[in-house]
Amino acid sequence: MNRRLALGVLILLSLVTARAQQNVPPPAKAFASAPEIPYDSVPNFLKLQPPLYLGEGIGVATNSKGDVFVYTRSGEASRLFEFDPKGNFIREIGKGLYGFQMAHAVRVDPQDNIWVVDEGTDMVIKFTPDGRVAMTMGRRLEFGGGLKATPPPGTPPPPTDPYRFGRPTDVAWDASGNIFISDGYTNSRVVKYDKNGRFLKEIGARGTGGGEFNTPHSIQTDSSGNVYVADRGNRRIQVLSNDLELKTIYDNVGAPWAVCITPGSHQYLFSSNSNPDNNNSRFNTVSGEIYKMELDGRVLGRFGKAGKQLKELTTVHAMDCRNENEILTAEITGWRVQKLLLHPQTKLSLIQTSSR
Amino acid sequence: MTNKIISRAMQFVAVLAAFLFCIPVFAQSAIPEIPYDSAPNLLKMPDDIYLGEVLGVATNSKGHVFVYTRTGSVNVTTGTNRIFVRSASRLFEFDQNGKYVREIGQGLYGFIQAHAVRIDPQDNIWVVDEGSNMVIKFDQEGRVVMTMGRKPEAINNPVRPPNPEAGGGAGFPGDNFNGPSDVAWDSAGNIYVADGAVPSRVAKFDKNGVFIKTWGGRGSAPGQFNTPHSIVVDAKDNIYIADRGNNRIQVFDTDGNLKTQYANVGSPWALCITSGPHQYLYSSDSNTKDFGPATIYKMELDGTLLGKFGAGGKQLKEFGTIHEMDCRKDNELYVGEITNWRVQKLMLHPASGKSDATPSARK
Repeated sequence: MNRRLALGVLILLSLVTARAQQNVPPPAKAFASAPEIPYDSVPNFLKLQPPLYLGEGIGVATNSKGDVFVYTRSGEASRLFEFDPKGNFIREIGKGLYGFQMAHAVRVDPQDNIWVVDEGTDMVIKFTPDGRVAMTMGRRLEFGGGLKATPPPGTPPPPTDPYRFGRPTDVAWDASGNIFISDGYTNSRVVKYDKNGRFLKEIGARGTGGGEFNTPHSIQTDSSGNVYVADRGNRRIQVLSNDLELKTIYDNVGAPWAVCITPGSHQYLFSSNSNPDNNNSRFNTVSGEIYKMELDGRVLGRFGKAGKQLKELTTVHAMDCRNENEILTAEITGWRVQKLLLHPQTKLSLIQTSSR
Repeated sequence: MTNKIISRAMQFVAVLAAFLFCIPVFAQSAIPEIPYDSAPNLLKMPDDIYLGEVLGVATNSKGHVFVYTRTGSVNVTTGTNRIFVRSASRLFEFDQNGKYVREIGQGLYGFIQAHAVRIDPQDNIWVVDEGSNMVIKFDQEGRVVMTMGRKPEAINNPVRPPNPEAGGGAGFPGDNFNGPSDVAWDSAGNIYVADGAVPSRVAKFDKNGVFIKTWGGRGSAPGQFNTPHSIVVDAKDNIYIADRGNNRIQVFDTDGNLKTQYANVGSPWALCITSGPHQYLYSSDSNTKDFGPATIYKMELDGTLLGKFGAGGKQLKEFGTIHEMDCRKDNELYVGEITNWRVQKLMLHPASGKSDATPSARK
C-alpha cells in the first residue's frame, strides 16, 4: 500500500466514530433468579514475554493435555499461540499464515487437532496437533481486481455456496467427526460437513423465526450429537438435532456471545451474555455475566460481571470448559485470557435438585 | 435591529482583539530569559533501532526515560471488502543515563499513531494512541494491565460510519475516544483523558476505568476546547488543560468546573508540572514551522510567568515542534520533538536572584 492510502486511512480511522446510541436491552430473563456461583481468577495466568503480546482475545481452547491455544487479533495480523497448562508460552503456530487475517475462533477437536476460524479470510483451517495445516475449508478472496467495495448496510447476502463462507464464526464436531460451522455475519446459517469436509446439509437464513439466525456466533455439540447454536442477535440459543432440525430454544440467558459444553458423563452448558464490544459502560448493568446450565436449559447459576479488573469481564468472546470448574475466557476489549476457578456450593445444588 | 446587534458584536470583538493583542507584548517585555543547556547525545540507540518523530516522552521514579515514537509506515492490509490498519509506532525505555533498556509492546495491536506516554505515581506506563483511539496501561514489567477505548475492527471500503447497531469500534461520548491526546491522574487515581480535536472534551474515569463523566466540547467559550492537547494535574487536584487551538490553558476542578484560565503563553502544545513541594508549570508554545518561534514558559501554578526560553531550529538547544514534556525536577526538562526526531534533556539555570525576578514578572 502506498503512503497516500496509508495516510488517508489514518485520517479516516479517526473519522470512523459513530455516535452509537444503541438501545440498552433488558437484563437476561434468568439474571434475577440465577444463584451466584463464587469464583476466582488466576492472576497473570498467561506468561507472555516480550516481544509477544496479545491483542484482542478472540479465541481460546484447551487440548487433552491442558495446553491452551489462543487466537488473537494482534499488531502483525491475527496470531495463534500455544501455552502449557500453567500458562507458560510454548510456541506460535501458523506465523504469517495466508489464512490468518481477522481472528474469530479456535477450537480443539477430540483428536487434539487445532481448528481456527478466521472471519477476515472466510476460512476454517485444521492443524494437526504438531501445528501442520491438515485441511482447509473456504477460500480467501483473491486480491486481483483490487479491493472490493464493502456492501452497504441492508444488502442481501449473495446466494450461499456450500464451500464458501460469509464471515464464519465457529466450528464443532460430533462423535463421528462430522463438522458443524456457524456461518456467520454475512451468511446466517449452520452448515454440516462430513469429517473429510464434504458438504452434507445446511439450515438457516437471516431472520427471527425458528431455525433462522441473526449472527450465529458460537456453536457446540453434546455427546448425543445435538447442536447448540448461539443465535446472538436474536438473544437465544437454538438447539438443533444432528440433522439440523430445530429441537428447542433457550431464550432466558441474554445474548449468547460464547457457548461451551463440558465433556464427561454429566454435561453442562455455559453461555456468556457478554457486554458488547463497543466498550460502552451503559451496557454493563445488563450484561457481562456467564450462565451455567443443564443441557435441557435449566439455569444452575451465574458468575461474572462487566469491568476491567481481575475477575471482571471485558467482552467474553470465547470460552473453554474442558474442566467444568475451570473456565477460560478470551476477552476482546481487555486484550486478555482469564482462567476462572468456580467454587460451586455443593449443598446449594443438592437442595435445588431435591426441591425439583 | 439585526444590524445593531451585529455592529455591537463587532465593536466587542474589536475591543477584545485589541485586548488580546496587547497581552503578548506585555508579557514578553516582562518575562526574563532563562539560560539553559541541552545534554549532548542523550539517548544511546542500539545500531538497529532508530527514533522517528518523538510524540511522547516521560520519566519514571527511577529516572528511566520512556519514548513513544512514530517509526514506520502504517501497515494497511486488505481483507474481504475491508481494510485493516496495523502498527507503526514503538515504545522504548532508556535508563537514567540514556542507555537503551528495552522495547515495550513490540507490534502491539493498539500502536498505530503515537501521541503521548505518561508515567503514573506507581510507575505504570500509559500510552495514548490517536490512531487506534486507545489509552493503554502497562505495569512496570511492560504487561498490558488495562485498555480504554477500542480500535475499530476494520474500515469499510469506501469509508463510512459503522452501523451503530453492529457494536464494533468507537463511539463517543462516553467510554470511547476519537483521536485522544493525553492522560493524567488525580490523587485518588481517577483518570482524565484529553480527547481529540473533534470531540474536544475531557473524559473522567475512576481508577478501574469505569466512566464517570465528560465535559467540554468543541468551541471557544470558557470550558470548551479547540483541541485539548495536553493535560496535567497538580498536587491539589487542579486539572490543567492545554487548549491549544484557543491559545489558553484552562484550569478545572475534578468535577470539571472551570476555575481559571491563562491566555498569555501562546498556543500550549505540551504541559508538565514539577513534583516537588513547590510545584511549577511548564508550557510549550511549539513551532509549527522549521525555525519558527518556539518558547517554553515557566510558570507558577497561579499563572504567574517566571521565565521563558527556547528557539526553533535544528541544533542542540533548539526545538523542532515540541510535542511532550516531562519535568519531575524543577529545572530539568525532557522534551520530545516531532520534526527533529529526538529527545532533549534541558538543564535550566535560572538566575540565582530568581526571587527578585519573580515580583517584576508579576507586574
